[in-house]
Amino acid sequence: MSTVSAPVLEIRDLSVSFPTETGTVSAVDGVSLDLAPGEIVGMVGESGCGKSVTAMSIAGLLPGSARITGSVRLNGTELVGARESALRRVRGQEIAYIFQEPMTSLNPVLTVGRQIGEVLQVHERMSRRAARARAVELLTRVGIPSAAVRVDAYPHQLSGGMRQRVMIAMAVACGPKVLVADEPTTALDVTVQAGILQVLRDLRDRLGTSVLIITHDLGVIADIADRVVVMYAGRVVERAPVDDLFAHPQHHYTAGLLSASPQPGRHAGTDRLTEIPGLVPVLSSQPDACTFADRCPAADARCRDSAPPLEGHGGTDHLAACWHPCSMAHQEANR
Amino acid sequence: MTPQPNALEIEDLVMHFGPVRAVDGVSLTIPRGRVTALVGESGSGKSTVGRCVVRLVEPTAGTVQIAGTDVTHLSRRRLRPHRGAVSIVFQDPAASLDPRMLVGEIVAEPLRLAGKGFSRREREARVAGQLERVGLRAEVARRYPHELSGGQRQRVSIARALISEPMLLIADEPTSALDVSVQASVLNLLADLQRDIGFACLFITHDLSAVEYLADDIAVMYLGQLVEKGTRERIFARPAHPYTQALLSAAPVADPVRQRQRQPVLLGDDLPSALDPPSGCRFRTRCPLAFDRCATEVPAQTPIGDGMAACHLVQPDGTGPDVRTTDPSEVLS
Repeated sequence: MSTVSAPVLEIRDLSVSFPTETGTVSAVDGVSLDLAPGEIVGMVGESGCGKSVTAMSIAGLLPGSARITGSVRLNGTELVGARESALRRVRGQEIAYIFQEPMTSLNPVLTVGRQIGEVLQVHERMSRRAARARAVELLTRVGIPSAAVRVDAYPHQLSGGMRQRVMIAMAVACGPKVLVADEPTTALDVTVQAGILQVLRDLRDRLGTSVLIITHDLGVIADIADRVVVMYAGRVVERAPVDDLFAHPQHHYTAGLLSASPQPGRHAGTDRLTEIPGLVPVLSSQPDACTFADRCPAADARCRDSAPPLEGHGGTDHLAACWHPCSMAHQEANR
Repeated sequence: MTPQPNALEIEDLVMHFGPVRAVDGVSLTIPRGRVTALVGESGSGKSTVGRCVVRLVEPTAGTVQIAGTDVTHLSRRRLRPHRGAVSIVFQDPAASLDPRMLVGEIVAEPLRLAGKGFSRREREARVAGQLERVGLRAEVARRYPHELSGGQRQRVSIARALISEPMLLIADEPTSALDVSVQASVLNLLADLQRDIGFACLFITHDLSAVEYLADDIAVMYLGQLVEKGTRERIFARPAHPYTQALLSAAPVADPVRQRQRQPVLLGDDLPSALDPPSGCRFRTRCPLAFDRCATEVPAQTPIGDGMAACHLVQPDGTGPDVRTTDPSEVLS
């Protein structure tokens, strides 16, 4: 699917940096990725790896001080450097966001019906009455029971899971092509998380919405993503279809992450979790090196003086930025 | 020889904050050297249980015995000699370490408070030994918490918790604020220390994969009450309570091929309020298998091995329906 249809979102060589008192800090360094229509791409990485900054930069949500280079194209239209008025039309209608904590994104003094309705009144020029009727439909679609009653509820009257469903209803109100979900279930309990992931999948299946889901939870990625982008210290270090990534990780950081999380059936009595030694480097302090080199079991001199490009290993759609990818390391060990 | 008392015995613990019934009749025993995980979702009252055990709050009713001593209502002064028997590690090390104290002072503080009369040199030597034990260099003693990473800070709180050689460690979501790669090292550390030192541990968490890795026994909490207890092997292989079953089915596994074959049991999002918990079984408002009796009668605890499950559908032999495979319409009242 992803190979036939043109991508709805194309990010090319995106870099974002912020000026600080102690010099420029690079948060995102040359990120490229595509999102095909109806595709769910998971972006995974640890705190500070640049995944949220990447997401925010797509629709120009970063503060004015951010320096952004590269290209973000939505259905062929360039968004980097686009005017605020153009971006405003894109947001909501073409790209919508949901964030980790729904309570901070909802207005506490308006009913959820008014908030969803507002989106429709502004973008679709609907009447207030039509917008309200549509809000009830949307709330039903995202799985809120007795939506005709809940439409008049204030955010504080809803549970965390319900609020996140309201956020999703609001995000998809205008039928966006792309939904960016930044840690949408991190603040929720697992039984509630399962329901939210179901709603996202359902939107993709029924409306063909493309979803970029950002998370640090490999279980969530395994559950929902078609393809995965692994970020480390501001760069994409691996990109692959989900099954390939979990079965044959190529970058040593990905492999480390996978074996660091406890697996079903494993217990401390018989098993040890793999640790990744060392610390995440200060972002892009080594522009001409692999940023993972200092923590990598396979690193050598080459890794420390040239940054590996993101290139194919074991299949055209499985890319890794590594001079000594895991599959090669196996071959070398077996020789 | 009299048998050694358990590390922890909680009986019928009740903790009400005004009208909020945070904990409502919890009984739990942890033998010496065992790790019991207390699992539940946010608002279930699991952290409040831990806080009652270390007496950060004084329980409304019930008793807490640590190593055979009832500490439930001891005055601050009478409690002091028993403080060393139990320690706690919190979720966020940035918030639980005093930013104005040096790491060395932080780790030594329990010794100072216990007033055991160590000389300064003895104390420093013990701190250095303790830091080394948790995988930190002795020089870290002269640093401030803000100079350390999140994982290092959590090691400092573990060092502080263990310097008094407690019989019981309360670990309240010790890895939840940490990144995956750092979580692994903290879980490994806790497992190593527990094996080497042999303290008992109440491991409070919502992370089921960490539970399976670290726990010997599991207690599942829902809205202030325990719904199931059992060994790790039994709970993961044959969970008896519908809530435990739903919880296990909902946690995604980090393996896309296996995850695709799993079908989560979807519970409604509306967790009832602890101000006004449902009558009968508290889980009935979200339980796919609930029937008439669940609303009128509080389910008794059916023993299963050394554990139990509190559900009307669990038979005297410990078997019962599984919400992961049962069609709710087949369950008759």
